[in-house]
Amino acid sequence: MTHWLIAPVILPAMLAPFIVLAARYHIGIQRVFSLVGVIAMIAIAAGLSWQASDGTILIYQLGDWAAPFGIILVGDMLSTLMVLLTAVLALFVLLYAIGSGWDDRGRHFHALFQFQLMGIMGAFLTGDLFNLFVFFEVLLIASYGLMIHAGGNERLRAGVQYVLFNLLGSTLFLFALGAIYAETGTLNMADLAARADLIGADSTVGIRVAAVLLLLVFAIKAALVPLHFWLPSSYAEAPGPVAALFAIMTKVGAYAIIRVYTMVFPPDLEATAGLHDVWLQPAALLSLALGMIGVLAAKKLDRLVAFSVIGSMGMVMVAIALFTPEGIAAALYYIVHSTLAGAALFLIVDLVKSSRPSLVLRAMPPVAGAALTAGLFFAAAIAMAGLPPLSGFIGKLLILDAAYTSSWAVWIWAVVLISSLISVVGFARAGSIVFWKSNAIEADDIADDELEAPSALAYLAAGGLVALLAAHTVFAGYAHDYMIATSEQLFAPEPYISTVLDTPGKLSTSTAQDY
Amino acid sequence: MEVLVASAIGIMTAAGMYLVLRLRTFPVILGVSLLTYAVNVFLFASGRLTVGAPPILGDATTYADPLPQALVLTAIVISFGMTAVVVMIALGSYLGSDDDLVNDPIEQEDAP
Repeated sequence: MTHWLIAPVILPAMLAPFIVLAARYHIGIQRVFSLVGVIAMIAIAAGLSWQASDGTILIYQLGDWAAPFGIILVGDMLSTLMVLLTAVLALFVLLYAIGSGWDDRGRHFHALFQFQLMGIMGAFLTGDLFNLFVFFEVLLIASYGLMIHAGGNERLRAGVQYVLFNLLGSTLFLFALGAIYAETGTLNMADLAARADLIGADSTVGIRVAAVLLLLVFAIKAALVPLHFWLPSSYAEAPGPVAALFAIMTKVGAYAIIRVYTMVFPPDLEATAGLHDVWLQPAALLSLALGMIGVLAAKKLDRLVAFSVIGSMGMVMVAIALFTPEGIAAALYYIVHSTLAGAALFLIVDLVKSSRPSLVLRAMPPVAGAALTAGLFFAAAIAMAGLPPLSGFIGKLLILDAAYTSSWAVWIWAVVLISSLISVVGFARAGSIVFWKSNAIEADDIADDELEAPSALAYLAAGGLVALLAAHTVFAGYAHDYMIATSEQLFAPEPYISTVLDTPGKLSTSTAQDY
Repeated sequence: MEVLVASAIGIMTAAGMYLVLRLRTFPVILGVSLLTYAVNVFLFASGRLTVGAPPILGDATTYADPLPQALVLTAIVISFGMTAVVVMIALGSYLGSDDDLVNDPIEQEDAP
């Protein structure tokens, strides 16, 4: 048993208190430790995904207690992929936060950032539903702090809405867990998968309620219509780098849906049949349509990007709701793309904000450095809207291809293609108002000294994310092959289940007779 | 006993939902706390209701499931912390904007 699997959780968990206690008043030391921690995290995550890439299931039993009694962490291809994605995203977001000075506008940014990473990593790695809840709470409570970082009335009000919505989500999660435990007597995902099969056809009421409740909770996290209401104001009001980091949080919901509904409640399980086809797919299509219409209708640039995140989550969920290996592979490709594109857009919006009095979409006098920001926005908007040549186009193509044989094919093709057109118009309108029309206006007496030009590091971080998008396009073949392998592993969960349940430890079933 | 516990959970959930749908933060926070109480009792009940049974496997023929108790303990700690956080944020929002409405203020149209 290797101990590396718990490193992505332990490292930020140790680093955050250290930053709070030892480096409280020294922003320089905080920055160094935070940055070193994130870089180490990338190395660990890369090592883990390299280990898992040949199909090995990594397992870590805390205190050597065997599953299903002990707490376990499991790393398969999907988990390690998401961990690596989070670590890479965190590096660029952190560079931006340092470069733009956001981390110095309130206290404890770096400590909260590390706690946030701890929660996200734990949520991706845990093999137990209750620990998924606990790690959700860890990432949420850190996100509450980050969301209202640097204060301000609008931000606090959006923060209240965000916290309340998520508290309700957590309560719902507990109800779902209680129902699952009452029905099956276990919360370990692998154990649950084995037991859900055994429930007779005439006593599925409880487990069906639990499955639907759980789906609702994950749909709240993934901001699926009609549970998306928390997203636009919280993402728009959150500080730029925090909103960019939040781009991975909606993906935690998508990850949980993929994990639980391929393994515990697979599509062919009788008790929960029809759940994804009848309920998830229409909700996903609605999110996609509503998100992209929101892009066109938004009056402010930050709201526009928030709605594009809802739209892209809709796209991810359309592919997930197919629940075929091709569909999940396309969804995974799109998840990577949409995380990077969403984060890049939020960083670019923050760049725009720092050189413009407000983000309201109307022409304002030109400012220095706008050309570079405009170029970045152009590239990221192309990616988000799904135009060639960037990865959004490839992702969309994969999803359309995977949907070809679905009974929803006509709807999926229609909604995906029309919503793409709407989002192209929306982004083009916003971009031309913000960047082009400004040249028609005489620079008037706006006090330039109030607006600091963003530093080179901030541009580097935003540009780095766009460069990653380009790399995701260039190496799309390799990426897609990896995603195919990942989704094939998801649809053959027996190795996962047997690894979790049969790895010996204290109290494991093979040694339990001794007690 | 089952009827009593079930209706207690139901009433607390209903009252909590009603309060959560209010417009001001104070009743909403009260509603959220009521909901968390309801879910804590619900979690207890998920291990089946037993009276006077030890939470360990032993010679006794009946035993109480110890796992829900551990889950409830975790849930209580988390919901307590979360409620404290939301009270602080709501207070900050109230002091900053002079009202404690949960929803967004009606947007002022910017003159074109």
